[in-house]
Amino acid sequence: MKNSNKNNIEKNTTKKPIIVGLCLIALGCIIYIFLGLNIEGYANFRLSRPTDPFALPNLILPAHSFIGISALLIVFFGGRIIMKAPKKFTMFIALSFFLTIAAFLVWATAGKSFSLTGMLQATVVRAVPIALAAMAGIMCERVAVINIGIEGMLLAGAFAGALFGSIFGNFFGLILAILVGGFFGFILAALVVTFRVDQIIAGVAINIFVLGITSFLTSHLLKSNPELNDAPVFKSINLPILSDIPVLGPVFFKQNIFVYFSIFIVIISTYYLFKTAYGLRARAVGEHPKAAETLGISVLKTRFHHVIMGGMIAGFGGAWFTLGSVGRFDEGMTGGRGFIGLAAMIFGRWHPVGALFAALIFGFADSLQQKLAILRTPIPSEFLAMAPYLVTIIVVAGIVGNAKPPQAIGQAYVKEN
Amino acid sequence: MKLKLHEISKSFGPVKANSNINLTVDRGEILGLLGENGAGKTTLMNILTGLYKPDSGKILIDNKLREFHNPREANKNGIGMVHQHFMLVPVFSVTENIILGEEPTNRFNKIDLENAKNKVLKISSEYKLNVDPDLIIEKLPVGIQQRVEIIKILFRDAEILIFDEPTAVLTPQEVVEFFEIIKNLKKTGKAIIFITHKLQEVLEICDRINVLRRGKIVGEEYPKKTDKKKLAQLMVGRKVNLRTSRKKMEQGEVLLEINDLSILSDNKEHVLSNVDLKLHKNEILGIAGVQGNGQTELIEALTGLRSVSSGKISYFGKEYKNFSPRKIHQLGVRHIPEDRQKQGLIGDFSLTENSILNTYYEEKFSNNITLNWANAKIEAKKIIEKFDVRTNSENISANKLSGGNQQKLLIGREMSRSINLLIASQPTRGVDVGSIEYIHNQIVSARNKGIGVILNSTELEEIIALSDRIIVFFEGKVIAEFPSDTNPNIIGLAMAGEN
Repeated sequence: MKNSNKNNIEKNTTKKPIIVGLCLIALGCIIYIFLGLNIEGYANFRLSRPTDPFALPNLILPAHSFIGISALLIVFFGGRIIMKAPKKFTMFIALSFFLTIAAFLVWATAGKSFSLTGMLQATVVRAVPIALAAMAGIMCERVAVINIGIEGMLLAGAFAGALFGSIFGNFFGLILAILVGGFFGFILAALVVTFRVDQIIAGVAINIFVLGITSFLTSHLLKSNPELNDAPVFKSINLPILSDIPVLGPVFFKQNIFVYFSIFIVIISTYYLFKTAYGLRARAVGEHPKAAETLGISVLKTRFHHVIMGGMIAGFGGAWFTLGSVGRFDEGMTGGRGFIGLAAMIFGRWHPVGALFAALIFGFADSLQQKLAILRTPIPSEFLAMAPYLVTIIVVAGIVGNAKPPQAIGQAYVKEN
Repeated sequence: MKLKLHEISKSFGPVKANSNINLTVDRGEILGLLGENGAGKTTLMNILTGLYKPDSGKILIDNKLREFHNPREANKNGIGMVHQHFMLVPVFSVTENIILGEEPTNRFNKIDLENAKNKVLKISSEYKLNVDPDLIIEKLPVGIQQRVEIIKILFRDAEILIFDEPTAVLTPQEVVEFFEIIKNLKKTGKAIIFITHKLQEVLEICDRINVLRRGKIVGEEYPKKTDKKKLAQLMVGRKVNLRTSRKKMEQGEVLLEINDLSILSDNKEHVLSNVDLKLHKNEILGIAGVQGNGQTELIEALTGLRSVSSGKISYFGKEYKNFSPRKIHQLGVRHIPEDRQKQGLIGDFSLTENSILNTYYEEKFSNNITLNWANAKIEAKKIIEKFDVRTNSENISANKLSGGNQQKLLIGREMSRSINLLIASQPTRGVDVGSIEYIHNQIVSARNKGIGVILNSTELEEIIALSDRIIVFFEGKVIAEFPSDTNPNIIGLAMAGEN
């Protein structure tokens, strides 16, 4: 009896490394068979432009041997996990993931040249709306309000940015986009905090409403008055000295105000949530509203304020689509970035910094598919366009699993009297 | 400070939760407020702490009229309350919980954590509470969490301290420590209100006792001049038999035998390891122990709610392991789950629907397509009549019943059919004294008829009153076995893991 007991426990703890290890070995083989065979030539990665003050030489990798070594390393990691059965092997999985991406890039670039810095720069740009959506989500969910309506708030911000930006210029367009986002935050707060409507339903209602009204206004107002859909975009601002650093300079310091402000919002909201008294109260409201109420903190007011704040951040993120990139509004142009932002929020465990990194991963997938389309790989562009959504599904289904949301999430608070 | 309540009344719809209540408590005094669940104790205290507004009446502190609109205003007037269900954020540290809402801050609203910690440490040592300010609440035992609650109200300079059922969640040892703490508080001149339904405790610790029944104060007693019987009678409004009579019986044949049983928890840790036990016919086996020491998992395994990782369970000498709950039910095993609202009943379902929850598939109630509601109603009426469920109709939903009546309905459903083994978990939790008496009698008479009973309860008094044999669970193991006439203190020590 004692023996079978022991076996049982061992079986439970040893099964997982074997499965993971075998998966990695299989991955290594697949990479070599599909990418490594029949490939020759060199992949040429450009790190700098020739005009840059400190130009780095290009990174030239022999395609066949690079892919071969990557595949070998992944197989080696898999074997190691099986042999040693370490307690934590996330590091190996992450490294293998990274090598897979690298091998894929080398394969796609073999015999051609590709701007690595350009792709990283695009990663940051494309991470902006996702990161901002995630910040908006964090503001709401930390006080236990689920905000499914972020997608709609982004779209409203984008529309307001284009329309008002065209009339009043990009600065006032941005301010009004933020206010419109805040307005929808107010609507959501009124619905779910005051009237205790189901939070998911209220959020979905906002999404459908915004999608409908912006489509209607686009076809009836913007189509006939093209001058109302032609906003000046924010130009990128090169920070002196910093922008001259090779690779890092163009990626982080030759960007427009949306990038700078996103980073600023991440820093400020981290400080706010985890260092200030107001942040402590907000988190208490999300975890145990009744406890907060007994200490004289108004649960309803706190939730109201934060949901409006979240709406304003989403409005700002929405303005990126128009004022920060193309200057004009198209129907449904947010393309689910609000939902991806929510995935980033969960992946980042409701922490602003974590969410920012998660957003960068999604942004990377997004920019990767865009750049690969230019390289004309044999993969159809429709499949490449799925990359960001595919990454979302993998992340949400596989990695997020056991992340713990604020305890009171989704529950309306009823004040007693 | 001296607190005086004058003619306080509060209604919820047609229900008078409090009517014309007068009450005083002075500094250095412990006032016991005794009453059953639903007598209006908690409503009264919520009025005192500003959560509810009274319909009429006055609150006087040091003879000055006061009015509170929220808990913070009550705090400012020196009133602090330790709630029955702790008001602590589980993922916050001790310090964060204590300062919440009154945080000492630096520039830019930044919390001055060092300053806060020092204040917490100072209060902790002043009242000998011994709490580490950096620990996270969810990792602390309940007794320590309660001390954090006490520091929390002392941090807000409370002079009038209210404790709502403070001992409900504590082990016997922790209760002793808790009584030391409130005696200390009394010495420093705090006024203390101690709310409970436990007769023994008010007699032990209070200076004066007010008894509340149906929203009214029905008596004032002094511990030296009264006894349990008198208090119980005041509390319930009629004579109550506090001790269930239980004549000694010979053990019958072995009904259930467990050998070397081990169970893994949801996160794959051992919650029960190598447990052996035997249950006979005509026997009540009491399982004592602080909650979370494996009792719940054992009962889940016996009732088919949790799978067993290794070991053997035999029932009437036959293997019985990892069966489905329905199969187990069909074998004559009945289960009274520890949380009637989450597991036993469905609150929004009618009494009729609840009566056939685990038998609806039988021929009597179903032809496999539609349910036979006529028979279901007959069944419900039978249970209601036989088990004294106080209701005017079998069509109302279960959550409209009081706790005691819900429990009687549940026990009736389980015990009204052929039965060999009864597994009862916390059968009288949150039930009024009158119903406790009734439920205890039912359990004892079942045992007299030859049924084996496993009784799991965190109320040591209940275990001792009913059991023929008592085993103590600690950290997933049976660490001691006692006959029924053992001194409670010895069992209490075993519950704390000391042998």
